[in-house]
Amino acid sequence: MSKKTTHRSSAFPHRHLLGIEGLQPPHINYLLDLADEAVEVSRQVEKQKAVLRGRTQINLFFEASTRTQSSFELAGKRLGADVMNMSVSTSSVKKGETLIDTAATLNAMRPDLLVVRHHAAGAVHLLARKVGCAVVNAGDGPHEHPTQALLDALTIRRHKGTLGGLTVAICGDIRHSRVARSNIILLSNMGARVRVIAPSTLLPSGIHSMGVEVFTDMREGLKGCDIVMMLRLQRERMSGAFVPSVREYFRYHGLDSEKLSYAKPDALVMHPGPMNRGVEISAEVADGPQSLIREQVEMGVAIRMAVLEALAQNLPDNN
Amino acid sequence: MYKNVNPLVLTNARIIDPANNVDEAGAVIVQDGTILAAGAEALNQGAPDGAKTVDCHGAVVAPGLIDMGVSVGEPGAEHRETLESASRAAAVGGVTTILTSPNTDPVIDDPALVDFMLRRARDTAIVNVHPMAALTKGLAGKDMSEIGLLKEAGAVAFSNDRLPITNSSVLVRLLTYARDFDALVVHQAQDKDLAGSGVMNAGLRASWLGLGGIPREAEFVAIERDMRLVAMAKGKYHARLISCPQSAEAIQKAKNDGLNVTAGISINHLTLNENDIGPYRTFHKMSPPLRTEDDRQAMVKALADGTIDIIMSDHNPQDVETKRHPFAEAEYGALGLETMLGAGMRLVLNEDISLSKLLATMTCNPADRLGLPAGRLSKGAPADLIVFDPQKPWIVEKDKIRSRSKNTPFEDETLTGRVLTTIVAGGILDHDAI
Repeated sequence: MSKKTTHRSSAFPHRHLLGIEGLQPPHINYLLDLADEAVEVSRQVEKQKAVLRGRTQINLFFEASTRTQSSFELAGKRLGADVMNMSVSTSSVKKGETLIDTAATLNAMRPDLLVVRHHAAGAVHLLARKVGCAVVNAGDGPHEHPTQALLDALTIRRHKGTLGGLTVAICGDIRHSRVARSNIILLSNMGARVRVIAPSTLLPSGIHSMGVEVFTDMREGLKGCDIVMMLRLQRERMSGAFVPSVREYFRYHGLDSEKLSYAKPDALVMHPGPMNRGVEISAEVADGPQSLIREQVEMGVAIRMAVLEALAQNLPDNN
Repeated sequence: MYKNVNPLVLTNARIIDPANNVDEAGAVIVQDGTILAAGAEALNQGAPDGAKTVDCHGAVVAPGLIDMGVSVGEPGAEHRETLESASRAAAVGGVTTILTSPNTDPVIDDPALVDFMLRRARDTAIVNVHPMAALTKGLAGKDMSEIGLLKEAGAVAFSNDRLPITNSSVLVRLLTYARDFDALVVHQAQDKDLAGSGVMNAGLRASWLGLGGIPREAEFVAIERDMRLVAMAKGKYHARLISCPQSAEAIQKAKNDGLNVTAGISINHLTLNENDIGPYRTFHKMSPPLRTEDDRQAMVKALADGTIDIIMSDHNPQDVETKRHPFAEAEYGALGLETMLGAGMRLVLNEDISLSKLLATMTCNPADRLGLPAGRLSKGAPADLIVFDPQKPWIVEKDKIRSRSKNTPFEDETLTGRVLTTIVAGGILDHDAI
């Protein structure tokens, strides 16, 4: 594949965004700076930029997701791209062969940007090798969800000024969470101290070697934290397989104001959504003054605009 | 029922307190329900003002026994046993603390039921009662129970009773989850498929009787698996009841490897063997089954060398409707609360182990494993005591059994060693009135 680069490409020298892994701090800062500009654009009445004019963006979602898909759609449209959504129901997709067939079919339509979510870890990497366009990972199984980590970083940076030196607790189902993996890599790379807090059954093996501090007691883990990131607990994991019940989970690992009081007084609360109120977070905290959960959604559109713009700069035939 | 004497001095006694390595002539001073002093040193200490002195005439004074395996029948099978009747049986047997099994109807798998047990015990039982809660919901071996909430409600340990958890993934997650709460997982290891439809120890005896056999492998293959899972989860594990030497070897190896593991055994498996089944005696039908005499002797050795930590009665009241059946169709289980110490004395009289060691496995060893302050005569410990004559013979008479059920495997047998007086929290229980 020919790769004709522009003068700005050195700022973000990647053809795809498949994960946070491999991104250096300057690349991350570049995306966050670009996203800050995108926030301004999005807050104007005239929200359109022309950087993706003439470009075709396909959102290929093998796993249903209302908010991520609409966030990418809006981001592409605000940059002037033609956006097409393809929701592939999982039942109609038959394993790897079909995934590659789908990729070949899409590739023949000559898209410029392909946004992919898939239930299997590594599926987006596989697809990226088979297409000629730029690929954005919108979540691949429990592996990575890079734009979520970037939007979290953006939200934090806009409130705290920097990521370096902050203590960030990621709480809940670390084991099955792509959000946790991407955030652990990003926050550590940017100089934050990362803690994970979860029942032992929801910690992945090897967690002690991931460069994080591990806690199973939430109050203990929240002491002195600047940022409290909650994760969603999937319903099928609540009834005895990994945790015994919703009420027990909420009692020991749900964020309520009493537990939050162990963090710093100006600690901020985040959640990638959608929330289970009364499971991992109380309504009081979710809607409270320390919550950034609504703002995260706004930052989501901005960071996706930044990612699409950065990748478009490296597309062939770009002027 | 209780005679409250405060303060109380038990004098002219042989004080055996395994937790503190004490076996000497002395006295015990009790005040306000706790031990003030015990042993020879208590002799030099003046009795508190107004104390009543009881002359023990040279009998043994020891901590009251703690029994980790008691089925009480309440709630759900009150015609077989209640907390009240089990506690009377316990008191005459010298057991001052019972851990109730969660195998009731309903199963104790909800914090409200733990609370029920504690309240019923407070209102009706004459000894201390600590409920164990179910490891899995409904004891079904699938979904983990609310270990955190159950422990907060007062459950002291978590057990699936006699039902093994066959799914290794479920067990390893339980061990992992329980670790967060420092909760003890009590498991009866058995490979269900190997046990098949067996009803007694596999071997010659079963073959002649025409009964299906349960091979030792059904137990020790599962114990070996469990040890691997404990290592994987770094959990806190107690093997509820082991019955064959290969299981003891696996436990010993795990202990040598530094795993947080202990093992228990029932008094039946230390004092009876498969020959006692004789002509299909269903009172000797137990799970795991009584093994051979060689196995029994090996288990006694494992007890003596410390591989096995805890003796329990495995008290399991069954009545005519569940026991008067052909052997294969009868229920498992035997009474044990009233005979545990007397039967255990057979090991002492046979010089297999010392009296102090026997008492350790029924007092401080379970107390330490469960984190209970009882089971010792340390200053400040609860005044749960027995006065015990290790030489006194008695006959196990069906009519005198306090339990509501009568399925003792020692019926009409002579046991040596009788509890004379039982004291719970400083209150003297009069055996004749129980």
